[in-house]
This record gives sequence, C-alpha cells and structure tokens, in this order.
Amino acid sequence: MNIAPVTSKRLFPLGLLFLVLILLSTLPIYGPKYAVILLTDILLYVILALSWAIFSGPTGYISLASAAFFGAGMYTSAFLGKALPLFVVVGIGGLISSCLAFMAGTLTLRLRGMYFIMFTFGLSQLIKHLILWWEAHVSGTIGRFVIIIDVITVYYVILVLFVMALLIAYLIRRSRLGLALQSIGENEDAAAHRGVNVTVVKVITFALSAFFIGAAGAIMATRWTYIDPSISFNPLYSFMPVLMAIFGGLGQLYGPIIGGVIFAYLEEVLITRFAYYYMLFFGIILVIVILYLPNGFVGLIQKWRKRPLEGQHAST
Amino acid sequence: MRVLEGKGVTKYFGGLAAVCDVDFNVNQGEIVGLIGPNGAGKTTLFDLTSAALTPKSGTIRFKGKNITGLKPYKICRMGVARTFQSVKIFANMPVLENVLLGSLFGMSTGMSSADAVKEAGELLEFVGLSAVKATPAKDLPLAHQKRLEVAGALATKPEILLLDELMAGLNPTEVVQSMELVKTIRDKGITVFMIEHVMKAIMSVCDRIMVLHHGVKIAEGTPQEIAASKEVVKVYLGEEVRAGS
Repeated sequence: MNIAPVTSKRLFPLGLLFLVLILLSTLPIYGPKYAVILLTDILLYVILALSWAIFSGPTGYISLASAAFFGAGMYTSAFLGKALPLFVVVGIGGLISSCLAFMAGTLTLRLRGMYFIMFTFGLSQLIKHLILWWEAHVSGTIGRFVIIIDVITVYYVILVLFVMALLIAYLIRRSRLGLALQSIGENEDAAAHRGVNVTVVKVITFALSAFFIGAAGAIMATRWTYIDPSISFNPLYSFMPVLMAIFGGLGQLYGPIIGGVIFAYLEEVLITRFAYYYMLFFGIILVIVILYLPNGFVGLIQKWRKRPLEGQHAST
Repeated sequence: MRVLEGKGVTKYFGGLAAVCDVDFNVNQGEIVGLIGPNGAGKTTLFDLTSAALTPKSGTIRFKGKNITGLKPYKICRMGVARTFQSVKIFANMPVLENVLLGSLFGMSTGMSSADAVKEAGELLEFVGLSAVKATPAKDLPLAHQKRLEVAGALATKPEILLLDELMAGLNPTEVVQSMELVKTIRDKGITVFMIEHVMKAIMSVCDRIMVLHHGVKIAEGTPQEIAASKEVVKVYLGEEVRAGS
C-alpha cells in the first residue's frame, strides 16, 4: 500500500520532464523562430539560476560571482570562437570559469556571510575592470566581435547545457556530496567536526556550478555578436540568479527552474509591453514575493499540496 | 595505554590565558571528567583537542601521534569525536541524516551508502531515537537533541568521545538516562572525556576527574579524592572564614 503512491509520485515528475524535454528538443521543427529565441533566453536564465543554486542553495553562501563566470565564458568565445569548433569553445568557456571559481574559492571560502558576498561581487567588478584596462592599454580596442552562430544551434547548445546542469544538480542532491553541502549550510563547524572536509567540498562544488555559467556565457556571446566588458560582466548577471532562485524557492530542485522561467518570461512581456515601467513592475512583483512567499513559489506549491492531506488526517 | 595526551597546552585570548600550561592524559577505556568553575577553560581545552582552536604552545597527542594543528575533519577521522556545549545539530535535516553524515564522512575508510544508513539506524536505536528518524532535528526536545548529537558523533566511529556538558539543562530523570548512556558508550570500548557541571553525575560516572581553574589544572584524582580536596572546595565555595577574625 505504501509503495504504490511513492512510485507514482516519482514517475509523474519524471514523465513530465521527459515530455517537456521532447517538446523542447523538437521545438525548432514546428515552432516559429521567435519561440526558439524566447526559449533560449528562458533556458539561459534557468541555467543561471540552477547553477547558482547548486552551490549557494544548500550552503547558504550567497555568491555574486556569476557575472564573472558568465563574462569569462563570453570572452573565451570572443578569443577562441574563430579558431576552434563551437563545442570545444563552449567547453573551454566552462572550464575557464571553473578554474576561476576554483581559485576564488580556495582564497575566499574561508570567508562567511557578508564577507563572502562582498568578495564575490568585488571579483566580478575586478575582472571587468582588468579586462577593460587590458583592452584600453594593451590590445587597443575596447570590445570585440564574436562569430555568429545560427539561432537553432545556439538553442540546442543551451538545451544540452540545461539538461547537463539539471542532471548534475539532481545527482549532487542525491549524493553524499549533497548531504555534506547541506550540513555546511546548517552548521559548518559541526560538519567539520563530523569529518567533512568543508573546504574541499565547497571549492569543488563552487567550481562545478561555475562551469555551466561559463559555458552558457560562451554560447550566448555568439548571439550577441558584439561584446565588451560592460556587456559581459554586467552586474545584473550576478544578481539575477540569486533573485530567480530565491523567487522560485531553494528547497526543491524545481524551485530555481520555476524562478528562471517566470523571470525570463516576465522580463520579455514587461519589456515588450511596458518598456518604461518594466523595472518598476519587476521590483513590485519581487517585493511582494519576498514579503508573502518567504519560501518562494515552491513553498506556495507545497502549502497547497499539504492542505488536502491535512484534511484527510483530520477526517480519519 | 594513553589515548589522549596533552603537554604544556596553552591558549591565550588576547591577554587572557584561557588554558595555561596544562598537562593531561586520558587512558584507554576510562571515563575522565573535566570540571571547574565557569570560565575555567574547560571548553577551550576541548576546542584545542578537536582543533576548533589551535594552541599557542604545547602538543596534543592521540595514541602517540601528534595531532596539534591538524584540521578538524582529520582529527575526527582519526578517531576523536566531540559534542558541543550548545548543541550543534543540523537543525533542518531529518534525524537520520544528522547521524548519516558522520557515518559517511567520519572515517578514513569509506563506507557504502547502504551500510551507512544501516549503521545510522542502529545508532539511533542505541540512543533511543529510532521512532523519530524522519523528524527534522530542530523539532526534537533538548534532551533528544543532545542524544542525537551523541549519536552523530558516535557515527564517526571514535576511539575517544569528548562530551561537553551533556547533562546541562536536563531534568533529573534525563540526567540519570544520560549517565546510563555514557556508561554504555564506555562499555562499547569508547573512551570518554567529559565536561560536566552536574556533580552527582560526574562523581558517580567518572573513573578520574581533572579540575581546571583560571586555565590551570589544580587537581586530579579519583572522585573521592577530588571531593575531599581542600583546594577544589575552595575554588567552588570560596575560602573558609573564621568567625570573629
């Protein structure tokens, strides 16, 4: 009696996911070009939120370094795009971001709370200005062109990255690494005294999560064709993942996904319909969610789900 | 055999000597008590042993190996586990996962997940919490949280367990249960080094007691010797004053 509901509970999201993936992967065949572009944007936001949540979700270390990783990926694309095949470029973009995260992590993951947040934000700005300085003084031109890749290829690469990020996030949550990350978020000292090598766990996960952000940057750069430090290291890429993940809810894997989808779609609608009030609306919606849905959308969904169950208990 | 041995262990907080030139040792299979007034440096001594703090000078050896300055996770994996005065549990994690963490990470040799789950379950049985496996740790009453912390520490398969005020805040019945728990832990072959303020407990459970005062070890001996020691009584109750003088 106990087994049946559990398996159907597991099968339902899996089947849904499968269906969505099939729809997504066949979209360019039947969908209009606009849909492909819109979904690329949505999937990009989802990747950013999901990757951010891989590390920051369980540990509670709020990283604002996403812009640094994203921008590093973009610049990789600008430098290597002409010389190497696309997939290699995307892979290298991810690896460079991972290395960056690894170095930053080794230096700073001793920092906690506010100090870590400030450092990661500083890192994004430092790299931005470093590249700006280098372009102004060494290479002589600010900004560079990136090779153009057709919309559908970009879409498929982003889709593959999304599936990879989702898979990794899922596996980490299920593994002992996930348990270690959660214990660090709950009580780092106690975790260390239970044999968790907290530094290694944090640095590895931080580097892993940066991979997807960097790879996404490398592929998205080809769609924007021209990049400069202000575009690629835009601080918005540091803040958006945090907002999206918290908006969606950090308790479950699908929280950041929902957050990313809603944010990307909202942005699209608000920008096209209310170009002047876009940020205003956005801000109001965000404030309402933070005030009334402290556990994000996922928290709301779980509340709804629990309610009928509680009713059953009461009646029996 | 000496499981734990400290020589000249010293730690300053600013200009204050929290622990000053303390020698101590704990033998295999013993229950050793560490007592002293508030601020005597008891918890600091535990922190130094488990590497939550590093000593200014002195060495701490575990089974003859120098462990001074190692990282906490290494010391834990070698076989030194501890609990904290203010319970440090993983509040939002279910009870079982609290213990599972120690089984998965607390040993130098890895363990399969299935074995770890089984062992965590057995440990919960041992401390009497198997009925609340799935409850988030924060929802347990204090006495159970303390037991949970002990189970989590035991999951790392320690040879010595440092218990920091296991009985503080418990009612008399729970104190008796905790005393029984400490004895059964020792009967499993695990050496126990414990800080305690509940005198009844420490006097009846410990084989040997050390007394710290202002960071200095002022007495050491069997419970009877400590109870009879003039110096210890002086530290706890103040000096005797003759009427009329």
